[in-house]
Amino acid sequence: MNSFFERRYVVAGIFITFILILLGRLFYIQVVDDRYFLFAKNNVVRRFVQYPARGPILDRKGRIMVQNEPVYDIMVIPKQVKPFDTLEFCKLLGIDTAGFNKRMLKARKYSPYLASAFEKQLTAEMYAAFQERLSEFPGFFPLQRPMRTYPDSSAAQFLGYIGEATDAIIKRSGGYYSPGDYVGITGVERSYEDVLRGQRGVENRLVDSRNVSQGSYADGAFDTVAVAGERLTSSLDLSIQDLGEKLMKNKVGSIVAIEPSTGEILCFVSSPTYDPNLLVGKQRGNNAAALYKDPYKPFFTRPVQAYYPPGSSFKPLSALIAMQEGVITPQTIYVCPGYYQSGNRRVKCFQGEVHGAVNLAEAVAHSCNGYFFMAFDKLINRNGGRKTDTSYNYWRSNVAKFGLGSKLGVDIPAEGRGNLPKASYYDKVYRKGGWRSSTVISLGIGQGELLATPLQLANIEATIANHGFYYKPHLIKGIGDKQVVKPEFTVRNYVGIDPQYFEPVIDGMQNVVDFGTARGSKIPGIVMCGKTGTAEVKGKKDNSVFVAFAPRENPKIAIAVVVENSGQGATWAAPIASFIVEKYLTGTLTKRGIDPNYYINSNLLPNLSPPKPVIKKLVPTDTLKKPVQADSARQSKLKSAANKKEQSNNPAVKQTTMLAKRKDNE
Amino acid sequence: MNNHQRSFFFNVDWITVLIYLALCTIGLFNIHAAVYDENHPHIYDLSTSSGHQLIFIISGIVIGSVILLLESRFLSALSPAIYVVTILLLILVLVIGRGVGGNQAWIDLGGGFKLQPSEFAKFATCLLLARYLSATNVKVTDTKSLMIAGGIILLPMMLIKMQPDDGSTLVFCSLILVLYREGLSSYFLIIGGLLATLFITSLMFEAWQVVTVVVIAAALLIFMLKRNRTMVLKLLIGTIISIGFVFAAKPLYEKALKPHQRARIDIVLGLSKDKKHVGYNQNQAKIAIGSGRVWGKGYLQGTQTKYSFVPAQSTDFIFCTVGEEWGFAGSVTVMGLFLFLLLRIIQIAERQRAPFSRIYGYGVASIIFCHVLINIAMAIGIMPVIGIPLPFISYGGSSLWSFTILLFILLKLDSNRMGMNWA
Repeated sequence: MNSFFERRYVVAGIFITFILILLGRLFYIQVVDDRYFLFAKNNVVRRFVQYPARGPILDRKGRIMVQNEPVYDIMVIPKQVKPFDTLEFCKLLGIDTAGFNKRMLKARKYSPYLASAFEKQLTAEMYAAFQERLSEFPGFFPLQRPMRTYPDSSAAQFLGYIGEATDAIIKRSGGYYSPGDYVGITGVERSYEDVLRGQRGVENRLVDSRNVSQGSYADGAFDTVAVAGERLTSSLDLSIQDLGEKLMKNKVGSIVAIEPSTGEILCFVSSPTYDPNLLVGKQRGNNAAALYKDPYKPFFTRPVQAYYPPGSSFKPLSALIAMQEGVITPQTIYVCPGYYQSGNRRVKCFQGEVHGAVNLAEAVAHSCNGYFFMAFDKLINRNGGRKTDTSYNYWRSNVAKFGLGSKLGVDIPAEGRGNLPKASYYDKVYRKGGWRSSTVISLGIGQGELLATPLQLANIEATIANHGFYYKPHLIKGIGDKQVVKPEFTVRNYVGIDPQYFEPVIDGMQNVVDFGTARGSKIPGIVMCGKTGTAEVKGKKDNSVFVAFAPRENPKIAIAVVVENSGQGATWAAPIASFIVEKYLTGTLTKRGIDPNYYINSNLLPNLSPPKPVIKKLVPTDTLKKPVQADSARQSKLKSAANKKEQSNNPAVKQTTMLAKRKDNE
Repeated sequence: MNNHQRSFFFNVDWITVLIYLALCTIGLFNIHAAVYDENHPHIYDLSTSSGHQLIFIISGIVIGSVILLLESRFLSALSPAIYVVTILLLILVLVIGRGVGGNQAWIDLGGGFKLQPSEFAKFATCLLLARYLSATNVKVTDTKSLMIAGGIILLPMMLIKMQPDDGSTLVFCSLILVLYREGLSSYFLIIGGLLATLFITSLMFEAWQVVTVVVIAAALLIFMLKRNRTMVLKLLIGTIISIGFVFAAKPLYEKALKPHQRARIDIVLGLSKDKKHVGYNQNQAKIAIGSGRVWGKGYLQGTQTKYSFVPAQSTDFIFCTVGEEWGFAGSVTVMGLFLFLLLRIIQIAERQRAPFSRIYGYGVASIIFCHVLINIAMAIGIMPVIGIPLPFISYGGSSLWSFTILLFILLKLDSNRMGMNWA
């Protein structure tokens, strides 16, 4: 019977062989091949980015300018939805049944097991009503998201706005941002993006085969916690910011005020402005499109991007350089016959007004063009006519120390340089050696090719108030709870003028307000030193300019106001400046000769004609007849074209398109 | 009495019992891991599968003990009756059976108890086969005897196929090893192996490629054996039949199998890209096992099984939990235990004086081997998905009890091997 006894070994052999085959395969997939381990990890581990709250921005007194307000998205997990009162639900969310079905279908299509947004950005009131009845609607739950809100709706251009990261931003960030992330696009939101955004956290969560979260991976060993963005304290004073925005309503222009002792910007008005709340929430897209189409260009940050000729407001600076270089003294007298004879050219005082014998302070107070032409002529000719270009470049470098012709380095993006031409520019226009001091003499009174931003104008006043130095103007005075100040903002920038030369100039500036053209804007009890300026634009009204600082002793505020196409400097800019100064120094507005409501209610918006063709050809002409156009809208167009050539050609363009004369008798 | 009792306990093969208990315990812990969730953290929680399995194991031990206490001569005598009852149950299940996963395999006994007759058909068939083949006038080399033995195996097979339960049907094929041990010609095994190989290669390659290989192989063999004329003749006939089979394989495959079965096979053979996600489950099972690496992720740490990426993870795919949480070390342990058990059963079978016991022992070994082979091969993706439990480890009362009965009957026969002799 047991003749087949040896077959036990065959059967055992079959068992052993097959078990070894299985073990061999197991050895391969478990030990040799590592792919399966990765597959399994990818199956279950999902990275969830934790978004930190963006930092709020406060004004210098701690009032909130922008913060995060919670808005609520109603989320839905379709599989968890049970029958409920659909009609009531729709009423609470303000949608109709068709809309309900549409949303539900969309959510189901996305995933029956995962939460997706059913209705986005519920207002606080809607949410309150909904929340009370939440338990009646299983499967629905609210998700809180932070949204930027601006309680005062002010300082839009300063704050800037945030938006979804564009492809370019994502690429530049080296993968830090991903589509759908919000980043600062303009203003402080952009320049302080790194501190405002905080640190993102990562949570590694385990998910099951339906992608539903099942807890943290490796007990959170690889997770990082999100760190909220830093709080920024702005240098702005909301009370004068709001007043400034009111005063500039229905006007085109800017107000920039700086605290001379720190370089902190107190007021940063760009008009027309917009309500920053328009650029958040559901209507963001529509609102942004409408604002972009606005011919007055509310997104244009005029305080740092608009170029204006400084005009007469440049005269104090002109006087300071002349004294420092020793070509005049405070006692130098110029007998004004109503003009100045430069070489074989006769350049007139405004409307041929005869000032008679004036010293430096009187020349500032009466804005005598002749006196400053004389001083400029002496500077450019002091090494003889053959060395005009070197003398000119020397003068230019002295002016540049005040921050003209270059970026001051303010802490928001897209700051403009203004225009302070080099000798090489005139060499190009008039050929080398083909120009004399008389050719460029209008620069002596702040005109010709000279262009400055309102920020640069205010910074000059801060420098004069400080008797010879300035701090880099800035809009954020402290970062975080510790109020960290960027070290660059605590460095004194000396402009190379000795302190003793300032008093005679400041005497003249005090007289401008006490007895001169700006006497209507004198503030009772406050000594303000200022200077008016005006530039006439063809076909439009003059640009009104006023620069000042106050009080004379221990100055607290330096200010520059530009109101485009509005009239004389004394008419609009000076009173507006006086209200800001008074409000800042005293906290109130006293009743005096002028009423702020009149200025608030005045509409000075220029009628915008269709854009004129831009002529690119360079025409060498007398700079004196080439004055100045201060149409910031036009500048903005050029700027947005980002075409430097076009910009440097600008004076020539204006020359051909308009007649303008200087007006400087105020 | 006292003496009798001592010899009885002494005679039980305790090594096999220990392997049995070890496998059941491994099963219990892995079922717990497969169904684990924070709300039910305890392995003995009776509302979970692991709690149920604990009851099944305890009752299995009770059943096993009862079998050990039975008079073993009843088993041989009762085997026809057991077989007939099982066949009746298999017919009954086709009429009143409850469907699980498309199969009519269960009879509901009420009160949450269900019976799967196909599980019990295994030991019933083994018993009757052992009884028939152990009869003195029966020889497997005899065609008539072989036919009857084949009939005993084929009858339950066909009934189970009608449920349809491919896995269990396949298991009965393993009983060919029993016949082989009892004297079935080796040609059956060789030809069976050859046909299987030809079938699979015909599906994977073009017919002419396979035919070329067959012809070359046959030519070589004929050249080597040219002296032996009958052998050459046999080889020539075999070659011709093989070539015919190669060409018939594909049409046969497409006709005989249902689309879902073909899809499963196609994926394992790499014949089709897994467009319809048919292979998703199997792939996830493979990932689970492969991700365990050498030492595994640790008990209750398997992410694939815990987060339900693996289907049927406490029953047919229980080995995924073993592979994922215990790694290759766990695989070696489980496979080693099974191999040890199988070899031990062969050893037990061979030491029986009574042919009935020996034949039955081979039946037990074959059925357990077939289950292990199909189950593990399916889990690691070298066989199509065939629903079949891993003996002693997979969750389920019917499966555990039937394997317990299967094994403990052998232990009972073995414990009496001396007595049988003396009787």
